[in-house]
Amino acid sequence: MVVLLLVLGIIAWAATGIYKAGYTTGVGVPVEQPIPFSHEHHVNGLGISCEYCHVSVREASFAGIPPTNTCMTCHSQIWNTSPMLAPVRASASTQRPLSWVRVHDLPDFTYFNHSIHVNKGIGCETCHGQVDKMPLTWRVNTLFMSWCLDCHRNPEQHLRPPDEIFTMNWNPADGKPGKELAADYGINVKQLSDCSICHR
Amino acid sequence: MADQLNIDTIRTNLQGKHGDEYWRSLEELAETDEFREFLHREFPREAAVWDESYGRRQFLMLMGASLALGGLNACTKQPAERIVPYVKSPESLVPGESLSFATAMVQGGYAAGILVTSHMGRPTKIEGNPDHPASLGATDAITQASVLSLYDPDRSQVPTNRGLISTRDKFLQELESALRAQKSVGGAGLRILTETVTSPTLGAQLRELRRQFPKAQWHQYEPVNLDNERQGAMLAFGAFAQSRYHLDKADVVVALDSDFLIHGPGAVRYARDFAQKRKVAGDKKTMNRLYAVECSPSNVGAVADHRLAVNSREVETLARMIARTVGIAVGGPDLPQHKQWIELLGQDLLGNRGSSALIAGPYQSANVHALVHAINQHLGNAGKTVTYSDPVEIEPVDQSESLRALTQEMHAGAVNTLIILGGNPAYDTPADLEFKQALGKIPLSVHLGLYNDETAAESTWHVPQAHYLETWSDARAYDGTTTILQPLISPLYGGVFSQHELLEEVLGRTGRKSHDIVKEYWRDRTRSGDFEKFWEISLNDGVVANTSLPAKSFRVRLPDSVRNGSAQKNSGFEVLFRPDPTIWDGRYSNNGWLQELPKPLTTLTWDNAALVSPSTAESQNLENGNVIELRSGDRTIEAPVWVLPGHVNNAVTVHLGYGRTHAGRVGKKRGFNAYALRTSASPWSAGSVVLAKTEKRVRLAATQMHHSMEGRQLVRSAPLKEFLANPNFAKELGAVPTSEQTLHGQHEYDGYAWGMSIDLTACTGCNACVVACQSENNIPIVGKEQVLAGREMHWIRIDRYYKGSIHDPETVFQPVTCMHCENAPCEVVCPVAATVHDSEGLNVMVYNRCIGTRYCSNNCPYKVRRFNFLQYSEEDEPTIAMQKNPEVTVRSRGVMEKCSYCVQRISSARIEAKKESRSIRDGEVVTACQAACPSQAIVFGDINDQSSRIARLKAEPHDYSLLAELNTKPRTTYLAKVTNPNDKLA
Amino acid sequence: MKNNVQHITIDNQPLIKPGHTYGSITDKITSDVFERKTPKGLMVGLAIAFALTMVLFLSIAYLLVKGVGIWGINIPVAWGFAIINLVWWIGIGHAGTLISAILLLLNQHWRNSINRFAEAMTLFAVGCAALFPLLHLGRPWVFYWIMPLPDTMALWPQFRSPLTWDVFAISTYFTVSFMFWFVGLVPDLATMRDTAKKKWMKVIYGILAMGWRGSAKHWHRYETAYLLLAGLATPLVISVHSVISFDFAVSVIPGWHSTIFPPYFVAGAIYSGFAMVLCLVIPVRKVYHLEDFVTDRHVDYMAKVMLATGLIVAYGYAMEAFFAWYSGNDFEKFMMENRTGGPYGFMYWLLLLTNIAIPQLLWIPKIRRNLVWLFIISIVINIGMWLERFVIVVTSLHRDFLPSSWDMYYPTIWDWATYVGTIGLFLCLMFLFIRLMPMISIFELRQLLPWKSGQRKH
Repeated sequence: MVVLLLVLGIIAWAATGIYKAGYTTGVGVPVEQPIPFSHEHHVNGLGISCEYCHVSVREASFAGIPPTNTCMTCHSQIWNTSPMLAPVRASASTQRPLSWVRVHDLPDFTYFNHSIHVNKGIGCETCHGQVDKMPLTWRVNTLFMSWCLDCHRNPEQHLRPPDEIFTMNWNPADGKPGKELAADYGINVKQLSDCSICHR
Repeated sequence: MADQLNIDTIRTNLQGKHGDEYWRSLEELAETDEFREFLHREFPREAAVWDESYGRRQFLMLMGASLALGGLNACTKQPAERIVPYVKSPESLVPGESLSFATAMVQGGYAAGILVTSHMGRPTKIEGNPDHPASLGATDAITQASVLSLYDPDRSQVPTNRGLISTRDKFLQELESALRAQKSVGGAGLRILTETVTSPTLGAQLRELRRQFPKAQWHQYEPVNLDNERQGAMLAFGAFAQSRYHLDKADVVVALDSDFLIHGPGAVRYARDFAQKRKVAGDKKTMNRLYAVECSPSNVGAVADHRLAVNSREVETLARMIARTVGIAVGGPDLPQHKQWIELLGQDLLGNRGSSALIAGPYQSANVHALVHAINQHLGNAGKTVTYSDPVEIEPVDQSESLRALTQEMHAGAVNTLIILGGNPAYDTPADLEFKQALGKIPLSVHLGLYNDETAAESTWHVPQAHYLETWSDARAYDGTTTILQPLISPLYGGVFSQHELLEEVLGRTGRKSHDIVKEYWRDRTRSGDFEKFWEISLNDGVVANTSLPAKSFRVRLPDSVRNGSAQKNSGFEVLFRPDPTIWDGRYSNNGWLQELPKPLTTLTWDNAALVSPSTAESQNLENGNVIELRSGDRTIEAPVWVLPGHVNNAVTVHLGYGRTHAGRVGKKRGFNAYALRTSASPWSAGSVVLAKTEKRVRLAATQMHHSMEGRQLVRSAPLKEFLANPNFAKELGAVPTSEQTLHGQHEYDGYAWGMSIDLTACTGCNACVVACQSENNIPIVGKEQVLAGREMHWIRIDRYYKGSIHDPETVFQPVTCMHCENAPCEVVCPVAATVHDSEGLNVMVYNRCIGTRYCSNNCPYKVRRFNFLQYSEEDEPTIAMQKNPEVTVRSRGVMEKCSYCVQRISSARIEAKKESRSIRDGEVVTACQAACPSQAIVFGDINDQSSRIARLKAEPHDYSLLAELNTKPRTTYLAKVTNPNDKLA
Repeated sequence: MKNNVQHITIDNQPLIKPGHTYGSITDKITSDVFERKTPKGLMVGLAIAFALTMVLFLSIAYLLVKGVGIWGINIPVAWGFAIINLVWWIGIGHAGTLISAILLLLNQHWRNSINRFAEAMTLFAVGCAALFPLLHLGRPWVFYWIMPLPDTMALWPQFRSPLTWDVFAISTYFTVSFMFWFVGLVPDLATMRDTAKKKWMKVIYGILAMGWRGSAKHWHRYETAYLLLAGLATPLVISVHSVISFDFAVSVIPGWHSTIFPPYFVAGAIYSGFAMVLCLVIPVRKVYHLEDFVTDRHVDYMAKVMLATGLIVAYGYAMEAFFAWYSGNDFEKFMMENRTGGPYGFMYWLLLLTNIAIPQLLWIPKIRRNLVWLFIISIVINIGMWLERFVIVVTSLHRDFLPSSWDMYYPTIWDWATYVGTIGLFLCLMFLFIRLMPMISIFELRQLLPWKSGQRKH
């Protein structure tokens, strides 16, 4: 009996281990893209703001993936012969769009809205991690429902003042305490764990 | 099924029993059938689930796969999803946000303004255009469903030449050569057949055609047309005057065989005006009164305060009697049995000079229409409740006549080139004209249509037509207001033409696009000012400013033929032809939403039937499903019987539009073709018909089996007098639990508390809400077999109950949807908490958490929950998938679903409000059913906001909850039905 | 030495035919497993049962391919055969536990010759029952969401729902019944091990016997464990079916919403349980000539138990009808009218006939002792109890509050296939048990032997 329990215990432990591991959740695993785009270079190196490319992040549910033209604004001038960027130039000339692979892919029955999060004090970094340190893009969070709920059940821990939303490597200690921010933003915490907030 | 009406019951019951008791026994006897069926049971269900497509191997394969999936499903990863951004993003389009564009839906030639919601270039939902006089923001059921037809995979996709796939160029070559030949003879052999035309651009093109081909002819025909109306105007005024009603000014309305609230160019607007005048709420304690004379039970008859069922021939006699009682000297006999009724009606009319209105239906003779004009004028209603104007149509003609002329020429071989712009004449023209045979004789016949239908099969060329959401055009509403139709999406299938484009080819201007054609027409029209501005504004508003036709006064001069009238000969047993309430004349028969939409009163789906009165059924020894043969002259049709209480005796109503042979997968081979019995001489009724019972039976799928309220206080109603005497009558009719106690504690709502109010006085049972909900919430259709199994999926249904005598029952409608109970019985029994209360009082259903125990449905007293017993949502139809609303999860097999109060709309409103740090405004959240409702019977909003419309309605004395005695505390409540009968008649 | 021989007797008649010795009992029962050639009848029966089991598997596979839509269920009748069968099977299970546990505690020695049999039956019946709640799910592959497991969704099941209670009730019941049955088997498995001829048989029975040597210590431990388990099992007999009855009693539907359900469900369960035991014992007794051990009086007692529980059930029906009237609630009243006079009325009257009228024949000792009669009656009772569940589930649902949504329920061929399939599975397991296990508790029978004072050892 004891042995049996022991075996079961080990199996259970192994199972959870596997379930949480990177190769099942995709956490920390760079995703292959048509172009090895480096956020590190563009954000950290060139200091381009998030919104320059992800234009609709403030007003729409979808943050927006830049159209080829956005890339070409610069890359028609610089690196305009780099073989790495051949697909971009091809897309611009053939008018065929680029096809990126989703890094953060929620199930279709989950309705996530970027605009309400960035407008109510959740920074990009909170979910997407320090993209300015990512030569290739990967996920830093599991996107498990439990992970969403951790924040939805007590968001204070993650709230930032409005002007720090796009800041990378931000330190909560610098800002107002979360409780006050929640009040400023008028966040109804009780409501955030309603099923209907994310599922319709 | 419970719809088997047993003949013995009817006989026994017609003797002695009355009222609810009657209905009960009717039902019970029906059950002996169920019993029989229960014993030697054939399994109708399997047909639905055991489809032949499963071979043994495939079955085993699937079986294995599903077993595997069964195990793995829980722990599989999603496949990688790709994002494809634009190369150059279009302005005004924000990815993930929806846009809405104004255009119009054209029915019977007349436009109704709509706003179409578009998600990333996919039109998904249709709403009414508040700025459009024929809509005022509402729509009818057919308009709601038209978006599905756009994506219909069965639409014709390539030009066909004599049934074989061909190309656009080949077609244009053949057309061009044929026309060159016609040029030389001035188009003597050229004929154009259109439906009713109100499009100015098309009109201009046709005039141009006449200039180029002086001898060519333009014919118009629709199976459901307004000929009688036009002829009546001719008789009365000597001109094609267009009458327009203003029911917001009418205290007494008399409908003569008219379904004016549901069908016809202005129906949606009429319903709104009528309801405004009828509702009692707040300080308004007055109502209009509606008298209805009808042959076949209709929604208007159900709404009416007084209803009189007569044979169609008698309607004219009654019209004459009315005319005489109000003091117009007209001849004709009296019907003693109705004398008193007419007398009192007459008095009521005379008492409301200038504030009453008579409306004659399209099914009634020109004489009736003429008489109605005379009476309206005599009562001084003209100019007040009814105004007249020049015709809206480009060229009003007697369409039956126009078609007869054309077919004669075709038979005579005088026609070389026939161009059919829309319509399906080979199927829907009167049988006696033998259009189909005539069509075979034409050297070059071109059919432009959405489907490869019966006409396409008979024509030498079929050319795919662009759906109205795919092309540019223009059309006018019942009052003349013009809308410029703009496309929401480029044609899904290549090789398509719009009417304008095809006609332009005929005119020798090849390759021109509708956009240029329409725009150029309007550029020529607008002399003054900045055209581009005008164009932009017109498109944006969905109406061309001040195009509504001004009221003109016409003098009535009744010709003696009408004055004297001819003695009405009794025509024996009649067949009444009516357009189908859902698929109309057959043009929507491949639209699944409309096929599965329960027809008002019968609640039949997927079929038409021969509707007969109970006494007729008894005398002919018929029960539901019995197939009868109807013989008129040498023509016969076979039709299954459906017994419809309140139907006139010695008559049978058949709906047009079924029995299609070329209609696509949904509409093909359903019901019977009633056109086969129809003649051009009398399109709406056939006299002296012989009825013979056959041995055959057909299983008809109705969604409601039981018609009595069992003495339960479900629909609460009272006459106005009673209501004024005791405003709280509705609440007093049912016991409301005094104790607020519940095992599970009360919910607290500090924020919003959403609620709905449905006004039973206003509801006309038109079904617009049902389809609106279906299209907003991605509700699948399940097919006839599944409806028979009792598995229809509609989130909102219109319950219909009868009260009183079987011959002339009182009919009441009650829209029922999820009540969002405070103490929801469904919530406590779900083992996985898949249906729960949210902080705003919604009873939310979480599909992705549901494991499908169906306990919630069992425990729901209102039975409004719907279950995906099988995989209903079409996964294998890419185009159908494009219609789906991305804001709502598409449910898979095995999960429960139900009304969500359009939570997706609430969410987006909440997010917008929060971003602007304000609270949601009253009226900012409008549910799909509410938006569609023509009579504004449904109101939704925040109960906690005391100033809101909903809060005020809930405070009304006649507000009551369904099954309040169960202490479920529904968030959806009803305003009791108040009627306004004439005491002298009551 | 006959004079000082004592018999364990009930109303002065031995519970076991005189002339048996430890040896004879052991030989008789073990030989049924070892020597005796499998009787033709058993093989045929097994074949049929196996075929039906295959039907079950087929219908399950098709169910998983297509969904529960292959059944006759609809809105409003969203529960059909699946739930009916669940309740029916669980009910049947009860006899086993009752006989073994409660009668053991009550020191009713006559149980010893039938308890093993009954326990096995319980296990298999509960097994069949447990299939249905699983299969009737719209999405069976996520059934485990009902259980309180840690997951990535940070969600718990809903503990207010009777279905959640069911999961605990049924699983506990199954576990305890299994342990009770197995512990009871251990000494006999040892006996089998010792009497088995073939090596591999010795090994298998040896493993199952868990090293039983029959030492006094073993017996001491055994007795305590067995007694404890009996004590555990007893409340479960009551609890399981009470909880099952909550599925209905907790709801708002007229015909379900009733406080009398728990007791009358339990009584009904025992009723059907004993009926099933008789259905099985009577033929087996014949085939295997166990008349010596399963004596006529056993049969007689079981008949009496059925009679008693049957009357309780009858009382339940009476109360339902009475309260429908007494409550003065229109919906309740209509429910009763519809039950008796509605489209499914004939089911109700059939139920009264099979479950109440016919069993009254058991008052007559002649019939009670006549095996053929008894067999037929117990079959009838089993049918009756199935009808009872049909009446409760279907007739209550098909016409509830709003007449507009009333509809009929017609089972499909797949409903029947699944139901008959489980019966097949049940019989299949039963046959295998009879063939491979000591179907009667050897050592407990020995206890029934005449013994001289101080002579009783093993």
